[in-house]
Amino acid sequence: MNSNLFIIIISSAIFYGTPLFFAALGGILTERGGVLNLGVEGTMLIGAVAGAWGSQHVGGSSWMTITMAIVIGMLAGGLVSTLLAFLCITLKVNQTVAGLAITIFAGTVGLSSYFAKTWGVSESPVTRQIRKLDVLGLADTPILGPIFFNQNILTYLSWILCVASSIYLFRSRFGLHLRAVGESPATADAMGINVTRYRYLHTIFGGALAGAGGVFYSLAIVPNWVDGMTAGAGWIAIALVIFGFWRPGLTLVGAYLFGALQSLSSTLKARNVSISGDLLNALPFFMTIVVLVLVSSRFAHRRLGAPAALGVPYEREER
Amino acid sequence: MRSPLRLERRLEQPKRLNWVIPLISLVAALILGAIVLWVTGKNPFEVYQRIFERGFAGRRVFSDSLVSATPLAFTGLCAAVAFRMGLINVGGEGQLYMGSLAATWVGITFDNIPTGLMIVLMAVAGMSCGGLYAGIVGLLRARFGTNEIITSLMMNYLAAILLTYLVYNSFSYWRDPVSGNFPSPRAITQRAEWNTFAIFEIGLPIAFLMAIAMGFIIWFIYKRTRFGFEVGVIADSPKAARYAGIRTSSTIVLVMGLSGAMAGLGGAADVGNFRRYMDPKGLELSGYGYTGIVVAALARLNPIASVFVALLMGGLNNAGYSLRGPDFPSGLVGTLQGLILFSAVAGEILIKYRVKSNSRPSEAVAA
Repeated sequence: MNSNLFIIIISSAIFYGTPLFFAALGGILTERGGVLNLGVEGTMLIGAVAGAWGSQHVGGSSWMTITMAIVIGMLAGGLVSTLLAFLCITLKVNQTVAGLAITIFAGTVGLSSYFAKTWGVSESPVTRQIRKLDVLGLADTPILGPIFFNQNILTYLSWILCVASSIYLFRSRFGLHLRAVGESPATADAMGINVTRYRYLHTIFGGALAGAGGVFYSLAIVPNWVDGMTAGAGWIAIALVIFGFWRPGLTLVGAYLFGALQSLSSTLKARNVSISGDLLNALPFFMTIVVLVLVSSRFAHRRLGAPAALGVPYEREER
Repeated sequence: MRSPLRLERRLEQPKRLNWVIPLISLVAALILGAIVLWVTGKNPFEVYQRIFERGFAGRRVFSDSLVSATPLAFTGLCAAVAFRMGLINVGGEGQLYMGSLAATWVGITFDNIPTGLMIVLMAVAGMSCGGLYAGIVGLLRARFGTNEIITSLMMNYLAAILLTYLVYNSFSYWRDPVSGNFPSPRAITQRAEWNTFAIFEIGLPIAFLMAIAMGFIIWFIYKRTRFGFEVGVIADSPKAARYAGIRTSSTIVLVMGLSGAMAGLGGAADVGNFRRYMDPKGLELSGYGYTGIVVAALARLNPIASVFVALLMGGLNNAGYSLRGPDFPSGLVGTLQGLILFSAVAGEILIKYRVKSNSRPSEAVAA
């Protein structure tokens, strides 16, 4: 029953969708504050290499190692985003170019690859992976087992984060302030909200989440270090923020749809279904364009949730 | 919470800043790079000296750097053309692939025409294919308002997958029919190889001369024609452009097309002057499209300057290529280029603003 193709696709959609969701959730928090982070791809790669390094160098029990690897990956992601925050918020440079700079700097042939080579991450295999859990021994339950009770720790964490961030954004004072900062920083400033602090904190935390998404690649999906292993996931995550109308719940659904597309190639290959692998690999990228066109045309006039001040640096009027 | 420094908008921007600031950015990038090298246990001076020796010193080395610089000059133009209008075309990579695809087809198919005609045909094919590919992005942007950054980037991945499919996973026209179980790309005919001129024993690829010519043509279009003026108005204020009756949509498509044509020509040049076949793996490793963004940013979007900044990046790439090994990982060049881009964008604010001290407002600290 549980080897039914349909169930395998759903459970692997959740698996492959999790890193997309982490990165996209980071994007939501960053963009809700009015900062556009186009450096997600590079941030994920740095998180991935840092996580892989962590899993090779932190001793102790398996749990200890994995937890520390995730923390190290998140710290690295946060650090890269601090750089972006400094450029975009303090120096007020063009956010688009700053984000691209992060991705080129940290990306496939950049710092992530350099660190992997200099610190020997790419030479030895990752010995400790983030393994799937058997929650309450229910993994073998028909249908629901593989989908809900046989995922790994980061997936469960992502579900908690999804609920928590929804409450944070729409039911808490901090979330209200954050949205005010993203909609109209001048008004927020007049209300006494520290625009700079809100933007910095959420950009950095958003980067940390992207870093966690990267760790998911190097310790669960691949699991090993390969240069440029996220292969465009960061960019799909940026598009997911738009599909999800800057809301965590909708974005989770979108992430799983794209997770399904990404997993198809390996799932079907294992099943000996003869479809061109290249065609399946192209599907997520093609669908991103299609969905982006649909979203931008139908809702162009009432952008559901796009922060009004997105991408605009805030300058307090002097005098 | 007051920050110690504040930015004050410059009322006028002195001309000399146009080259002083990029120079300062470059030095800043080298210093930042030295910090990265030092942290990772390498001697920055030694590394920089080796980059200089293998990238710029000597006629042979410089000839190789010219070859590396040529595609970058075109992708730099690609980025500069679009960025000037505020269109963020990051699809130079994919547009270059498509140019390479079309030019290779021409180079394989026509086997008995003179080389001069061949060069023109390959260049035109590359430009058209790259331009059309970018035109799709422009159309989506103009018609539906779709974010061109993400679509152009997705199309990079699609182009890479297409090229891989054509050479490695199918028996297409671009795959060497003799290669059998170990697929390899099919080379263009001997006659289709582009000229390289020897000047003072330095090999000057004809494609680099084309890049210089294109730099001047684009400079002329943007500075001296009605179309260029309209692009400038749209860049400064889309609203004003609409009131003035400028057709924004068609301008978007045209500018994207022109931008893609530059990258496509880069792809043709890469096949004709350098690789002699369509090489998906080699192109992906080179990342010409992304480096083009660095080139354009450091050239402050000036098309003529882009061609010469490309020489600098080409030298860096060339050095990275010939030094690649255990103590000079391939990621190092990308890291340095990323740092150059950081410094270039940060340098932009020094052109627009003056940095002043906040504590004593009377004392101005010049930037």
